[in-house]
Amino acid sequence: MALSGLEIYKLLPKTNCKECGFPTCLAFAMKLAQKQVELDACPYVSQEAKEALSAASAPPIRLIKLGSGAREVQVGNETVMFRHEKTFFNKPALALRIKDTEAADAIAAKAAVVNAYSVERVGMNMTFGAFAIENASGDATSFANAVAAVRSKSDLPFVLMSDNADALKAALAKEGGHKPLLCAATAGNWEAMAAVAKAGGVSLVVRSSDGLDELADLTTKLGNAGVTDLVLDPGSRDLGTSLAQVTQLRRLALKKNFRPLGYPIITFPGEVAESEEGEIVAAAQYIAKYAGIVVVDHFDPAVAYPLLTLRLNIYTDPQKPISVDPGIYEFNHPTTNSPLLTTTNFSLTYFSVAGELDSSGLPAWLMVCDAEGMSVLTSWAAGKFDAETIAKSVKSTGIADKLSHKKITIPGLVAVLSGELEEELPGWEIQVGPREAVDIPAYLKVWK
Amino acid sequence: MPVAVEIPKEKWTGSIRKVTLGATAAEGGTRTKTVTVGGETTLPFLHFEGEIPHAPVIAFEVQDIHPADWSPVLLKAWGEVTKDPAAWAKKAEELGADVILLRLRGVDGNGNPTSAKQSAATVKAVLGATGLPLVVRGPGQAERDNELLVAAAEAAPGERLALGLCEDKNYRTIVAGALAHGHLVVASSPIDVNLAKQLNILISDMRLPLDRVLMDPTTGALGYGLEYTYSVMERLRLAALTGDGMTQQPMICFVGEESWRQKESRAAEGVPVQWGDIEKRAVTWEAVTATALLESGADIIVLRHPNNIGIIRDTINKLMAH
Repeated sequence: MALSGLEIYKLLPKTNCKECGFPTCLAFAMKLAQKQVELDACPYVSQEAKEALSAASAPPIRLIKLGSGAREVQVGNETVMFRHEKTFFNKPALALRIKDTEAADAIAAKAAVVNAYSVERVGMNMTFGAFAIENASGDATSFANAVAAVRSKSDLPFVLMSDNADALKAALAKEGGHKPLLCAATAGNWEAMAAVAKAGGVSLVVRSSDGLDELADLTTKLGNAGVTDLVLDPGSRDLGTSLAQVTQLRRLALKKNFRPLGYPIITFPGEVAESEEGEIVAAAQYIAKYAGIVVVDHFDPAVAYPLLTLRLNIYTDPQKPISVDPGIYEFNHPTTNSPLLTTTNFSLTYFSVAGELDSSGLPAWLMVCDAEGMSVLTSWAAGKFDAETIAKSVKSTGIADKLSHKKITIPGLVAVLSGELEEELPGWEIQVGPREAVDIPAYLKVWK
Repeated sequence: MPVAVEIPKEKWTGSIRKVTLGATAAEGGTRTKTVTVGGETTLPFLHFEGEIPHAPVIAFEVQDIHPADWSPVLLKAWGEVTKDPAAWAKKAEELGADVILLRLRGVDGNGNPTSAKQSAATVKAVLGATGLPLVVRGPGQAERDNELLVAAAEAAPGERLALGLCEDKNYRTIVAGALAHGHLVVASSPIDVNLAKQLNILISDMRLPLDRVLMDPTTGALGYGLEYTYSVMERLRLAALTGDGMTQQPMICFVGEESWRQKESRAAEGVPVQWGDIEKRAVTWEAVTATALLESGADIIVLRHPNNIGIIRDTINKLMAH
């Protein structure tokens, strides 16, 4: 039975020493209750308290960290089945698979491209999270060379894939000490794999070929052998069965607090598909449904961008409206003769408009109104973006002092506001802009 | 000691209503096949705990007037056929669509309003060219929708067309048209569980049986509000399965329309190189939007790109196999 924050607080030292990283013991207790931190973060907790809390305090899905420094990846620690119940926390890492049978120069070239890939959306930079390097040759030297080749181009974390424990050991030596994930321990090799993972202090994938019973059996054995940083591969390479499996794993961890399966999940979309399109769709499914690591076999910016965007969407915190600060924004050094446009402070709306204004190369002022973080149509429908709001922003920002004209462009979607706005802003000319941001550059070209 | 894992199953008490689009000659229409969606007693594709008697279906969008404003990627893929709605619908059927979505734009190529008579003639022509069930949508302004959709309803009595959009502004007229001429409605509400529910109640109060109502939760494309649609659909589906009778309608998602409207699907130049090739990116944008919404409960996916039916059908087949 989970304990409440207050129940946990009673068991803590109550010294507010802050060494756990939280300002007070109570704040730490609240985080423990939400299963977002581990009790180990408190250096002074008593043994009795530890025992009392251990069952209740550990996150139901263990947090696993790969890599180091700025490119560290964290997966796991999720607390809900559906994002609307709270939020999904740790975005799944996209990993590109590279096989050691590929030519050395091709490996290095691919590694350099994926390492450098970064695409911006709503002010966030989205990147790949890892490389999965596979010992497809079966040869330990080729594997170690491939690992070294990728490492020479990238400091991203690695998933090292081989069924040969000795090959993994040799690869670990070339990996550079960035906390890789070994893949995979199976019923046949788990003892040897456990030894390598333990010696290297790294995490380990556990793969079942026979469903969740075998998976739980393996994680229990590995736990007894002292290897507890685990990632699950429930084994199915069928889109429908794997959806059922990842759903069952998440339910077992969150609803039953079933420890043997309370770990993040690794998925291989390329292995459930017969085509690149199939891989894309499977990757999309796993991003939405419960993967911690998604290993893909193809890299193409035209695919990476939509998949990373899906990840951003699914992992957006539904509790917070995403908004930007209301006020005046300048594009391409506007002067007193430049047009004044207006929109709302929903971040997606702002970034769509800002992107177009910026790339148009034409000077403009953008007045962002406080519409409680809603888009143009939504806020208009809710009465948060009306003539009064716009007029109020014009006055409070003092934008008139920066202009030699009195013209303001409103979004085409709210053309209906023109009349009222004329009344609210006497002496101003109300202009109606395009309905979609994409048409703004053309509008600016002919603006008078 | 081997571990025996007890698979956790939810005991759902509710189910999704079955809704049949189209009517054959025996049923008072002229369709060669009908399409039934709904009937689920569990979350999408979770066969281990419930029944999913009908697979989600795929519709292609066809417009009455050549859509010159569409992404060049789409126009290139369809070719000449977009200039004739009947030929276009026929082509969509050949490509494997289950349903045709006919969109009445409300204006012709020169921007002049089209008449109710023209709309009625187009509906008849499309019905003549394909044996598939139709969803008929208006231009999206309540008054024009009323005018054109009522004309469509009158032109095809007994065909069990799905008429949309049926919103809080105009539901009375659309529902009356559906009642009078034997059709269905697409009840559309703006990404909100309570508004969706309320509209279903209003429609039901007019005595249109709920097995003639599809629900459009309003689609947000990938990167443009997808997460809102995704979560509202999950919430609607959970409410339906826990027994809330006014949320148990099958859901239709206008994936193509929303996805192809976005800059990512239109702009070949002046975008970051990290966006990659326009054609592949745009097609993927639609496929990823469709996949996410299938996972959250879509029963009808409306697509625009002819190539995406292959992969989306394959995905549905794989998710339905068990």
